[in-house]
Amino acid sequence: MTPVKLYPPKPDKVYLFGTCLIDMFYPEAGLDAMQLLEREGIEVLFPDDQTCCGQPAYTSGYQSEARAVAAAQLGLFPEPWPIIVPSGSCGGMMRTHYPPLFAGTEQEALANEVAGRIYELTEFLVHVCHLRLDDRGPPEKVAMHTSCSARREMGLAETGPTLLASLGQVQLVEQVRAAECCGFGGTFAVRHPEVSAAMVEDKTVAIERAGAERFVTSDCGCLMNIGGRFEHQQKAVKGEHIASYLWRRTS
Amino acid sequence: MTAQDNSIQTHPVQRHVVQTYNPRDFHRQAHDALENPQIRANFRKAMDGLMGKRREVFSDWDLETLRELGANIRQRALAKLPDLLEQLEANCEANGIRVHWAEDGEEACRIIRELCEARGAKSVIKGKSMVSEEMHLNEHLQSAGIEALESDLGEYLVQLNQQTPSHIIMPAIHLNTDEISDIMHDKTGTERTRDVDYMTAAARQQLRERFMSADVGVSGVNFAVAETGTLCLVENEGNGRMTTSVPPVHIAVTGIEKVVEQLRDVPPLYALLTRSATGQHVTTYFNMISGPRKPAEHDGPEEVHLVLVDNGRSSIYQDDELIETLRCIRCGACMNHCPVYTRVGGHTYGTTYPGPIGSILMPHLLGLEDTKDLPSASSLCGACGEVCPVKIPIPDLLVRLRREAVGEGRGNVRGAGVKRSKREVAAWKGFQWLATHPSAWRGGTAVAGKLRALTPSRLGPWTEYRTAPKPAKVTLHSLVKRHRAKGKSITPQASSEEERS
Amino acid sequence: MSTRDAILKRLRERTDGPLTAPESDFAVVTHRGWSAQERLERFERLITSVHGEVVHCREGDWTAALIEVLAAKGIKRLALGREHPVAAEARAALAEHEVALVDVDRDIEQWRREQFENVDAGLTSTRGGIAETGSLWLWPTPDEPRLISLVPPIHIAVLEAEGLEDTFFDVIERHDWAAGMPTNALLISGPSKTADIEQTLAYGVHGPRELVVLVRHSKEAA
Repeated sequence: MTPVKLYPPKPDKVYLFGTCLIDMFYPEAGLDAMQLLEREGIEVLFPDDQTCCGQPAYTSGYQSEARAVAAAQLGLFPEPWPIIVPSGSCGGMMRTHYPPLFAGTEQEALANEVAGRIYELTEFLVHVCHLRLDDRGPPEKVAMHTSCSARREMGLAETGPTLLASLGQVQLVEQVRAAECCGFGGTFAVRHPEVSAAMVEDKTVAIERAGAERFVTSDCGCLMNIGGRFEHQQKAVKGEHIASYLWRRTS
Repeated sequence: MTAQDNSIQTHPVQRHVVQTYNPRDFHRQAHDALENPQIRANFRKAMDGLMGKRREVFSDWDLETLRELGANIRQRALAKLPDLLEQLEANCEANGIRVHWAEDGEEACRIIRELCEARGAKSVIKGKSMVSEEMHLNEHLQSAGIEALESDLGEYLVQLNQQTPSHIIMPAIHLNTDEISDIMHDKTGTERTRDVDYMTAAARQQLRERFMSADVGVSGVNFAVAETGTLCLVENEGNGRMTTSVPPVHIAVTGIEKVVEQLRDVPPLYALLTRSATGQHVTTYFNMISGPRKPAEHDGPEEVHLVLVDNGRSSIYQDDELIETLRCIRCGACMNHCPVYTRVGGHTYGTTYPGPIGSILMPHLLGLEDTKDLPSASSLCGACGEVCPVKIPIPDLLVRLRREAVGEGRGNVRGAGVKRSKREVAAWKGFQWLATHPSAWRGGTAVAGKLRALTPSRLGPWTEYRTAPKPAKVTLHSLVKRHRAKGKSITPQASSEEERS
Repeated sequence: MSTRDAILKRLRERTDGPLTAPESDFAVVTHRGWSAQERLERFERLITSVHGEVVHCREGDWTAALIEVLAAKGIKRLALGREHPVAAEARAALAEHEVALVDVDRDIEQWRREQFENVDAGLTSTRGGIAETGSLWLWPTPDEPRLISLVPPIHIAVLEAEGLEDTFFDVIERHDWAAGMPTNALLISGPSKTADIEQTLAYGVHGPRELVVLVRHSKEAA
């Protein structure tokens, strides 16, 4: 299992790895993450050549394609700054799967080194920035959906809720089976659409029944899935990436 | 009590029609299960209950340390497997237990049938054994004119209903009280009732006759201890003790991986097994058998046999990654915690072992041709790996089998490459090319944004249940550029407001 | 080549080479450090939580407690051993009593149906108990065969309070089970039960519906 991570003091600079889903579908979440970090006095470096962590190919069984894509990212973070990923799923890929993916290759040492600098955004905000938030938004009931990768692969069940709980006007409501998967799972939603649909259906019902007006998540896959289900049913519950939510309420 | 002894003579087992499910039909079976509100409700309730009980029973334990030890004991047993099997055989034989080896299920069935025939056996009573399900022992014996009756209550009910187990620990978990009442009424003539005590007592009465008259008892094994030649059975009902103590012959059948080195290895595994499986501190019975009845003893079987079945296990054993599959102690926690299993139930998988463990084990037993949809039937949420008492990295093994299925692995799993398609390979090659050519990537994603209005509103199956995501007008790459250009003085909201849609 | 040899050969000639066996640290299943009182409390809490009954009695007059249990449960025919002090004392105390004593030192083939259908309870000694899980451990003998703790609808077991140990691991180690296992060794933790009908607990599905543990306290401890 993931050993207890010792967190460094707040650095002067960090890298931001935006992830492909954010790049294409939720770019404002990436920008908001950047602004949250900048407000903490951290200079955010955004390597322009970043594309995707390689996870879609990896979980589909296309390991050499995944490795090639991952290899293209490894060289983008030459200085020893932390690498912030606003996604538990991509963060988990880079932290836990890069080392075995490159084991026995020329890039093994580099992959291990990069993996050691990966932080999920909320993890970094809580444990490194010790972020304090001044909530300016209206009162609101919110449910947090922590992605399975953030929760289990990265061991970050608490960082998202911790941040939301520090917003004075936000009431964090707990949905039943909060730890259960929303049914996204990347290509799973495409290969097993009916099973995935049953899962997301239960998740939206749970969020709605908890009385949430909004759900917040740290992963855009879950956001796309749960939000897409709510929208399809023309429900009032809206979803938002946690970076956007935090930035919107405190800026 | 009106349970009728004579009703058992019309036992359906003799009709020998078992409702079958096939792993090749995973999608159709999943569809049927999802459409069945009773199945959905039965599994949801059961899984919620089992998850809650497990959480509670481990609350005062150093669970991580215990799991570490459990994994370590199983790793040690596997590291010494051939030596331990020889030691087990020698110690069993010294204790008077006859040991047999079977290459596959067919050979194991033949061995057991011949042992039955040698005693002129007509009826076999069975304790719960998943290996016997794996090799379809009941059908085999019945076709040889030997009746095989399950005695675990859940297995008995499932057999009465001409089904196979839907869970490795709780075989009848797909049935609710009313359904069971109907089954018992229809097949054994009991009253229709919701009184569980009544039904349990009726089954007790029906099966006691069978224990007394059975010629042979067949059981599984939870742990086989090499050091002492001891077979350990874990159970609550007492049917396992009956099966192994009352008939004159006891045949235990197990996979070759079930061996542990020492007696002291047993308590940690037993502690993990009962807590992980059903959230119990301990089961009612822990039955340790080290031989047949001795001359001075007054009960117990005259003969005890152990059938060690390979059936694909030695092939799994060859590979440093896949071997972790063999650590499994068959607790079922992975299925209890699996959001997919909870939705579709055990029969959907169409395999002896359903759920996550089945999806990493059955491809080796049946080949990927028949099981190609199983490794992908997971969102990789990690719940299975998180609860596994012996720390099998189930999600990683699912990914490994996906790799094998598309022909990108080591090729050492039967049916490797069965899912390989030129179209899919080309798609991933295309993805690779784009994601390794940053300027093309930036151009492509930007173009996608420009064309967002053209995104088809029906993106295949996704949009049957969800609104299709539309690419943003502007990519993060572009947003960052603008953010930089404007400098930090600009109010960030202004830039993002216009982009938000 | 025999199947046996073929299987062993495949395992020995493993593709990815020989494996290294890790060492095991068993600390997590031992060293509970409970006092006698804590052991007893925990044992009682756990075994009663799964429907076992515990009756405390003194070494000197435990048979009085036994007679009370027999009367309370309407037990008319009690199966028991002969030589073990528990059986011998029970036989002596019940000699003038109306409860019929059923001998168990007979081959089961001679009285199987009688045991299944015409015995109300079985009385056995135990070798000891396990506090952590609320378990009894029994090594059936010719004097007290295995089926009398299983077949009759009630099992009455006699446990010495001093015979309680912390964990299963401790029992195996301290009594050096590995040095020689009996034909059948048993842990019993409550009456027979099932939850196979929609997770509803029901007792006595195949084995005893009731388990009564007579915990005997020695004079010094009492």
